[in-house]
Amino acid sequence: MENKSGILTSLTINNNDYKLELLPWVSLLDMLRERLNLTGTKKGCDHGQCGACTVLCDGRRILSCLTLAVSKNGSEILTIEGIAAGSELHPLQKAFIENDAFQCGYCTPGQICSAIGMLQEGKAQTREEVKELMSGNLCRCGANVGIIDAIMQVKEGSGHE
Amino acid sequence: MENKPLIGQPVSRLEGLEKVTGSARYAADYHVSDLLYGYVINSTITKGKILSIDVSAVLALEGVVKIFTHENRPSLAWFDLQYADMDAPPGTVFKPLSDNIIRYNGQPVALIVAEDFETARYASTLLKVVYKEEPFDTVLSQNLDKARAPKKGMSTPLKPPPPEPAGNFDKAFGKADFKTEATYHHGTEHHNPLELFATTAIYEGDGKLTIYDKTQGTINNQFYIANVFGLKYKNVRVLAPYVGGAFGSGLRPQHQLFLCVLASLELKRNVRVTLERKQMFSFGHRPQTIQSLRFSADSSGMLTAMNHCAAGETSSYEDYNEILSSWSHKLYPAANTLFEYKLVPLDLATPIDMRAPGGVTAMHAIECIMDELAYKLDMDPLDFRLKNYSEIDPSTKKPFTSKELKQCYEKGAEKFGWHLRNPKPASTKKGNRLVGWGMATGIWDAYQFPARAAAVLTKDSRLEVHNAATDIGTGTLTVMTQIAADEFGISADDVSFFYGDSKKPFSMFQGGSAITASTGTAIIAAIRELKKKIIKKIKEMPDSPFEKIPEHQIVFRNNSVSVQNRPDICIGFQDLIRANNGREFKVTKLAGPDVLKLRKYSKAAHSASFVEVEVDKDLGTITVTRAVTAVAAGKIINPKTAKSQILGSMIWGISKALHEETLIDPNLGKYINANLGEYHIPSHADIPEMEVIFAQEDDTLINELGVKGVGEIGMTAIPAAVANAVFHATGKRINDLPIHFDKLI
Repeated sequence: MENKSGILTSLTINNNDYKLELLPWVSLLDMLRERLNLTGTKKGCDHGQCGACTVLCDGRRILSCLTLAVSKNGSEILTIEGIAAGSELHPLQKAFIENDAFQCGYCTPGQICSAIGMLQEGKAQTREEVKELMSGNLCRCGANVGIIDAIMQVKEGSGHE
Repeated sequence: MENKPLIGQPVSRLEGLEKVTGSARYAADYHVSDLLYGYVINSTITKGKILSIDVSAVLALEGVVKIFTHENRPSLAWFDLQYADMDAPPGTVFKPLSDNIIRYNGQPVALIVAEDFETARYASTLLKVVYKEEPFDTVLSQNLDKARAPKKGMSTPLKPPPPEPAGNFDKAFGKADFKTEATYHHGTEHHNPLELFATTAIYEGDGKLTIYDKTQGTINNQFYIANVFGLKYKNVRVLAPYVGGAFGSGLRPQHQLFLCVLASLELKRNVRVTLERKQMFSFGHRPQTIQSLRFSADSSGMLTAMNHCAAGETSSYEDYNEILSSWSHKLYPAANTLFEYKLVPLDLATPIDMRAPGGVTAMHAIECIMDELAYKLDMDPLDFRLKNYSEIDPSTKKPFTSKELKQCYEKGAEKFGWHLRNPKPASTKKGNRLVGWGMATGIWDAYQFPARAAAVLTKDSRLEVHNAATDIGTGTLTVMTQIAADEFGISADDVSFFYGDSKKPFSMFQGGSAITASTGTAIIAAIRELKKKIIKKIKEMPDSPFEKIPEHQIVFRNNSVSVQNRPDICIGFQDLIRANNGREFKVTKLAGPDVLKLRKYSKAAHSASFVEVEVDKDLGTITVTRAVTAVAAGKIINPKTAKSQILGSMIWGISKALHEETLIDPNLGKYINANLGEYHIPSHADIPEMEVIFAQEDDTLINELGVKGVGEIGMTAIPAAVANAVFHATGKRINDLPIHFDKLI
């Protein structure tokens, strides 16, 4: 703990390049929230048990609370703040509003990032499979039905394109 | 263009954009300069004293600014009353760091403040606290000999003791042909909102603070902080524009608020304190309870006697109480009743209301024993409820302001297909699974608390309404906007509701499913007053066409003031402001329940739930596959957000029945599953097919809006319906919640 000089870390976050000097004990989650003011990514447990901190790292969904920021040197991170294309919402964001897929909204950024990653993985085909592969993202308000409805709407919509 | 009425419309949440883009800011999301981070240290013993605290290694760490303990806590308010928040139960409020006494495991004993979060957290590992341990008791079932009547206090009128005995229970039960008795154990539960409890205190200088806090009551916490720290009310502003769930845990100021403010005032700095998930188990919870019930009926199926004795856990310093044994007599008209409610003080933190407190716990026991008795009578469980249906409240002999429970039974049963049920337990199989159907009744109070609202027709001819209430995810912003728009005849786009701020007019706290009735009624009252003021003004205008028009013929619609059946007389809101020399119109108005009228009535929301479970024959694993809940809760302002409230509370009910429980190690006095990996709440994969039905219930008595609240009623019937379905599937009565597979094999 004597040496407090950080490790130079390069990250692309929501298409912006950052060069940060970080101590190795800083999680990606705390870096986003406390250093970069990207507080859309939420801390719900800090143990990888709730999914509220889910972000996309090089296109894959990861738990930012279990990720040390320095370990992602050179990676491209997408957080909830970077999901919409300017003022045009991502289809999942629209579907979440339409299907009342949240109440308090605290798990929502993680649910949306996780759903984007899950759809890209291409493993889940049925509603039951979507429920299973989204089960790392907890919702305490019980907005689960709306969340799965919203994801299915987007999944089925994109299938017809 | 005609403004369509919004009440009754499924309007999407108005804050949806903020919530899906991550721009909604919760208590720990405020970025302020020179922010310090506080980390709470919790007691590792359950009862005893702190003998010494060695802070030297902590203070030697670079980046640590200060550590607060009972040894250096400044002198603060002396009197218990100054610490008593609006939801404080009878007793002595816990005062963080006030002495060296340890009252429960996890009690906060110190706050480390550092330049960054990581340093504060690491520093906590360097703190050395030496304790002297004393024997303790933390398990309700082992301490029933200490049960005693709850103390009375300020909150007693809200949570009255059970009704007096009626008839002669012992005699009636003794000679009854059909009777049953059972005991129901419930373990501890923690609210676990996904948002961690957090406070960001911004030091504004001269004893002035702006505080972003996780709370269900901004004014409650403002008063608490001002009273405890001796600050002027106007110098303490508590804001909670977004609250990441609370479910009752935010009804009282929690210790992170106190500690954060203490550090901010002492250090004259901006400070944030966020609890960790394990620390979310270090304050209020749903208490352990044990309920013993004895019900009897005559051969026609009429209930003759009901006895409900309940014991709940409380802390050693406060008498938390909830309504447990009063519910059966609000539903069923037995002539002989005996009800009892007692508390057992244990060495745990004071419990706090958790979604449908008391009601969901009690209704599980009541509706399970009703099911058991129906089987003794060889009656269909639903027919048994209908046989004992009461249009009036048997416990008070008063009529209800409205009661459409029968509609809930009928519509719910129809949707579920209840009439197809083979009553014989373990009669239906699906492969290796036993299928069971269960039903139960739900009931919840219909509260209304006093609230004050401001209504403003602004210079740019928009309507603003203001109230200090929070929106914890219930849809309050959307619902209040709908109410205000309709009452003022203005489009929703031209309405702004300002809330979640202690500077706004009074709101007590967001609990008991009361906010729509409380704040909504205040908004109606304020807008009516605003309309009066506007009418007075337009009548006084020179050559006013409104001058001779009676007030009741003047209507507000389509962003203008006009006269019924006189399309020629109309003034738009913009012209109105011009006529008022460009000045706004503003009023504030207090509203509360019409106590004189309502004391002649009983009031309650009702529900009926129907549940299907599948139980694995060999493994005993239980899956809820279908659930239908029909709700009678007066007028539904927004069917979209209300449906979400019911769905959410149904999931809570399933969770209480099958998933969640905080386990305590009696040898350590400590919760052993204080994390979201081992404290099980339903995940997406656990969610069954679910249906919500709203009964048509027109209530012209309950309040101006005819609403009863929907936050809790959807939960109250579910646990019993699940347990009854498990019985139907397996033939086994499991009376202790949660029902885990091991209880079935």
